[in-house]
Amino acid sequence: MSNQSTSAPVLRVEDLGMYYGTRSGDVKAVDGVSFAVGRGESVGLVGESGCGKSSIAMTLLKLLPENGRIVGGKILLDGTDLAPLSEDQMRTHRWNRIAMVFQAAMNSFNPVYTVGDQIIEALEVHIETSPDVSMERVRELFELVSLDPGFIGRYPHEYSGGMKQRAGIAMALACEPDLLIADEPTTALDVIVQDRILKELRDVQQALNMSLIYISHDMAVIAEVSHTVGVMYAGRIVEWGETVDIFRNPMHPYTQTLMSAFPSVTGPKHELAMLGGEPPNLLNPPSGCRFHPRCPYATDVCKSAEPPRVEGSDTHWAACWHPLEA
Amino acid sequence: MAVADTGVTEVGTRPLIKVEGLEKRFPVASHWFRRSHSSVHAVDGISFELARGESFGLVGESGCGKTTTGRLLVRLAEPTGGHVLFDDGEGAATDITTLRGEELKSFRRKAQMIFQDPYESLNPRRTIFDTVAEPLKVQDACPPLERLDRVSRMLEMVGLSPPATYLFRYPHELSGGQRQRVAIARALIIEPIFVVADEPTSMLDVSIRTGVMNLMESLAERLGISYLYITHDLAVARYMCSRIAVMYLGKIVEMGDTEAVLQHPKHPYTQALLSAVPIPDPTATRAPVQITGGVATPLDPPPRCRFYSRCPIADDFCRDNPHPPLETKGDGQRVACYNA
Ligand SMILES: Nc1ncnc2c1ncn2[C@@H]1O[C@H](COP(=O)(O)OP(=O)(O)OP(=O)(O)O)[C@@H](O)[C@H]1O
Ligand SMILES: Nc1ncnc2c1ncn2[C@@H]1O[C@H](COP(=O)(O)OP(=O)(O)O)[C@@H](O)[C@H]1O
Ligand code: SF4
Ligand code: SF4
Ligand SMILES: [Mg+2]
Ligand SMILES: [Mg+2]
Repeated sequence: MSNQSTSAPVLRVEDLGMYYGTRSGDVKAVDGVSFAVGRGESVGLVGESGCGKSSIAMTLLKLLPENGRIVGGKILLDGTDLAPLSEDQMRTHRWNRIAMVFQAAMNSFNPVYTVGDQIIEALEVHIETSPDVSMERVRELFELVSLDPGFIGRYPHEYSGGMKQRAGIAMALACEPDLLIADEPTTALDVIVQDRILKELRDVQQALNMSLIYISHDMAVIAEVSHTVGVMYAGRIVEWGETVDIFRNPMHPYTQTLMSAFPSVTGPKHELAMLGGEPPNLLNPPSGCRFHPRCPYATDVCKSAEPPRVEGSDTHWAACWHPLEA
Repeated sequence: MAVADTGVTEVGTRPLIKVEGLEKRFPVASHWFRRSHSSVHAVDGISFELARGESFGLVGESGCGKTTTGRLLVRLAEPTGGHVLFDDGEGAATDITTLRGEELKSFRRKAQMIFQDPYESLNPRRTIFDTVAEPLKVQDACPPLERLDRVSRMLEMVGLSPPATYLFRYPHELSGGQRQRVAIARALIIEPIFVVADEPTSMLDVSIRTGVMNLMESLAERLGISYLYITHDLAVARYMCSRIAVMYLGKIVEMGDTEAVLQHPKHPYTQALLSAVPIPDPTATRAPVQITGGVATPLDPPPRCRFYSRCPIADDFCRDNPHPPLETKGDGQRVACYNA
């Protein structure tokens, strides 16, 4: 686990906001989010279903649905702000410098073309190559993610879930991006396949010195792939720090619950924590600290005022009025 | 969470369910694979017992036959071989694989299934009330006028409270955890004594998951339910099940007390599975997973150990002999391996 904080970050996100317009109002899926990712660094983004993890990812790539809009903030990729770019301008960055493996890779391929053709197309849009070279590259990519090259000419429906997920990774790696965002790439897979994919991702990341944002709700997976962790709750990042600190000394009460809700296979059999109450409604998020309706430590100030960022160390902070001892 | 340590022997001498040589093959259209009489051996001759009040776990990778086994045990699928003896204590054990008509209907009242994916298993056009009341209607289990009351009480029991605010909602208006609670309510409303729970928490977030696990456990205690608990998550199995069976390509390869199997796995596949589970500790290092090759398919498997092609300790004896039988090894668990 190397500390990357000295080199200039590949990505710096500043006060980013993205809302989905709906008939009942704006869903504030990304709200005042700031963080940085160093070169070669691997950041894990954790949080429960619906907290906005995928929304951050789609905002960074600017692959928003019709009703999604960036309401403010900057997405600085090597100093260039992507936030104001048009779709045309964005195309030179997407896949080439910033790429993504989707949560439902199952659906990210077009069913009427072979997987190989779709990867070749992605390659040829960005890199000038001959058909032979592209084919060779696809074969390399398939081997990289342990897919049988015999499947290059097959259609997506002929792939199993795990194979599609690996093909999605191969496609995202095609142009050797500076930053790869992987959104729950192994959630639908069993542990042995997951183990192999995690290993491949780690190897590729090191080989290319690529930066990685790994999204998951599984703390154990995050412990293995990330040197830094961002914890999200209700559209906000509530805690940020090196993985070891987040696991050993969580400062935010929500992080603490997440940690102790995890059953373990080998360790001692501890009592599992659970969260009471309802997940937050992002149409109308709770006032003050968004976690206050479910927080055992909440006081009056939590209900009325935004919590400050409290630093536990240079690399570790939490947004909380009453942080746990770091 | 309280975890019952009751092994099969203490619970009672007559098991609730006795599975003998259960088999399910799916024929495969021959032109597709250019071979005739091919079949997928989804469940390939498995035997086990489930005691009254027990939670028995079935674990293994995707496609190994867990769901098919579950469906066979509640007669949502017809086996191509073997027997499932069901003994509810009221008379002699019945082989449910041959039940018809009224007998089958009365069995369905006692055995229910919670399906894997609450997004797929709930009809999007039916209200929560209609969904949960359906088994009552089918079984004619309570007068129509009392259904509302009964459903309300069940919703309350699964923590959807106050029930009035949920009764007439549609599935898309609920969160994943709430949908899973609806699925549980529907399975339990006619008070079954046996429930197949197929990955009931795999779609849920950790904090909600604990709640659903606790719920299933307390309902089991209150209503005297036995579970066949299907999961690919060994940690969840550890919390929910007193005994587990590990499946690989339609076969049970290891079976025994959960702690024994998880702490001292004997079969090389169980060992690989355990070594692949990520450890929620950033300073821990995990030994590399010792198995090779992709996932094998259950299509016409060769007549040797199903794990042979991926096994790190396979030898010539394994190659030349049939699939090994389950035998007692180690801490009392049963293992199907010549070299364990
Ligand atoms: N197109 C959309 N229109 C309106 N609301 C949306 C849309 N897409 C997502 N949302 C809402 O935005 C919030 C964040 O969603 P997002 O998909 O980012 O969550 P997530 O953390 O990735 O969850 P999961 O782990 O379930 O994928 C949720 O409340 C969701 O309901
Ligand atoms: N209706 C079917 N027709 C053909 N094959 C099937 C059918 N249902 C399941 N299978 C096959 O049987 C095997 C076991 O499936 P299943 O029991 O669903 O596994 P699991 O629940 O462990 O994922 C798989 O190889 C699957 O593809
Ligand atoms: S600010 Fe208050 S309510 Fe929010 S997490 Fe901290 S203690 Fe809990
Ligand atoms: S019987 Fe042989 S091939 Fe099968 S699991 Fe044991 S050692 Fe491996
Ligand atoms: Mg998501
Ligand atoms: Mg299944």
